[in-house]
Amino acid sequence: MTAAALEKRYPDVWRRRSRREVVIAWLWTAAIAFAAAWSVSALDIEWAFFADAHEQALDLVERMWPPRWSYLPVIVRPLIETIHIATLGTAIALVFSIPLAFLAARNTTLNGFTWAIGRALLVASRSVNTVIWGLLFVAIFGPGAVAGVCAVAARSVGFLAKLVAEAIEEADAGQIEAITATGAGTAQVYVFGILPQVMPVLIGTTVYRWDINVRESSVLGFVGAGGIGLHLYASINQFAWQQVLVVLLAILVIVLLSEALSAYIRGRIS
Amino acid sequence: MSIAAVYPTTWRRPPLFGSLARQRIAIAAAVGYLVWSVSDLNVDYARILAGFPRAIDIFVKMFPPDFARWQLLTNGMIESVQMALAATLVGVVLSIPIALAAARNLAPRPLYLAARGLIVGGRTLHEIIIAIFFVKLFGFGPVAGLLTLAFASAIFLGKMLAEDIENVRVGPVEAVRATGAGFGQTVVYSIVPQVLSRAVGVIIYRLDANVRHSTVIGIVGAGGIGQTLSASFSRYDYDFAAAILLSIVALVALGEWFSDWVRRKLR
Repeated sequence: MTAAALEKRYPDVWRRRSRREVVIAWLWTAAIAFAAAWSVSALDIEWAFFADAHEQALDLVERMWPPRWSYLPVIVRPLIETIHIATLGTAIALVFSIPLAFLAARNTTLNGFTWAIGRALLVASRSVNTVIWGLLFVAIFGPGAVAGVCAVAARSVGFLAKLVAEAIEEADAGQIEAITATGAGTAQVYVFGILPQVMPVLIGTTVYRWDINVRESSVLGFVGAGGIGLHLYASINQFAWQQVLVVLLAILVIVLLSEALSAYIRGRIS
Repeated sequence: MSIAAVYPTTWRRPPLFGSLARQRIAIAAAVGYLVWSVSDLNVDYARILAGFPRAIDIFVKMFPPDFARWQLLTNGMIESVQMALAATLVGVVLSIPIALAAARNLAPRPLYLAARGLIVGGRTLHEIIIAIFFVKLFGFGPVAGLLTLAFASAIFLGKMLAEDIENVRVGPVEAVRATGAGFGQTVVYSIVPQVLSRAVGVIIYRLDANVRHSTVIGIVGAGGIGQTLSASFSRYDYDFAAAILLSIVALVALGEWFSDWVRRKLR
């Protein structure tokens, strides 16, 4: 072995990266820098706004303090309504997600065409945000909690069905075969062979989605779809910042509580 | 005990909640809640019935989707993507100190608690609520949206990264520390290599999430395609709204596919 080869195999100085890795790292850095420059430059940012932002923020905080607790009784009912919207929306989504999941799972769908329909419905439901669904349902049913329930349900169906469909695709074939061997029809195989297997996933994701939905429902009022968001929006528009703080704290409490409850239930299941 | 009781000849499906009594209680509670919540919401059934013909009407007006104003559409979409991209980058930068402070094995106790408090509080409030405040502070437009998404991303990435840092293997950390490395060197040479690949996956996931959120925060005036969509809805411009909705679905599906692809490659 020549001295050069020895030197290459046992270098005196430890280097973290080979030359090739260094080049790749620099290319990545350049790509990210380019992406940053492109995205920031095209947004034509008004830097003057940044100059006094901290003063504005402090001003806002000062106006919020102290919270106007007398507003609390007014928002108790809207808070309950918010939770109702989340719960009813999730319940409706749960009902519709089961057939949709069977339609969108490769091993239970009828044929390629129905599978494509199932997948398209999943993507459409999941891609549109709850609040945008809210816009649509407010246009249909008029403002109110009904539009909110529909919006939550429309968004959650795809979420639940996607995860359940994945669970169906991974279902143990042995149990399905066993049920089929007893002479069960397709529907019976689905109900007795597959459904019990995906039940933990179904319940777990439903509970998880419910706590996301409580958070989503807190802003549905902005587009007129009911719940606490309406009062938050009204208070902001009236510059009633002390009320805003009360509403924000209330939202914080219900979201944290629902998150804790959901985590507790999911912990019990698994 | 009779044999029939031990080995029954007919099979009964096992109850879902442990025992039959508990299952009945659970079902009764669910039905009770359903009745209470529906009656509590003051549902106006006449209005719901009136809604169905209106839904069909809106649906008919949505077809065919109007792509004639594609310039407005593409401008909004590009703005959304830019917002998402810039917000992810800013979020990554901001998340590093949050993650270091929120990792139990690195940060001193008071700092750890403060960072965890920030994460819990920041995650609770919906992006739209945060967007309202940034709109108040920075005026209407994409800057407010960018800052909203950056804030939300920093909190989310900070949380995920902190968990990864807490699960780091101690051996390499101790080895680097034993060479006399300071805090910064320990982080760079022992923790970063261990969390990097997972972190890249989470960042790509967050980019995808930001694209999705960027389509909605425009509703409160924070820029992006949401602003265009909200305007078209309030003008009953349903065929244009349909075009925007289809574009959003396409963009989000594309983003999700990209994020899945990258994360599969990383694994």
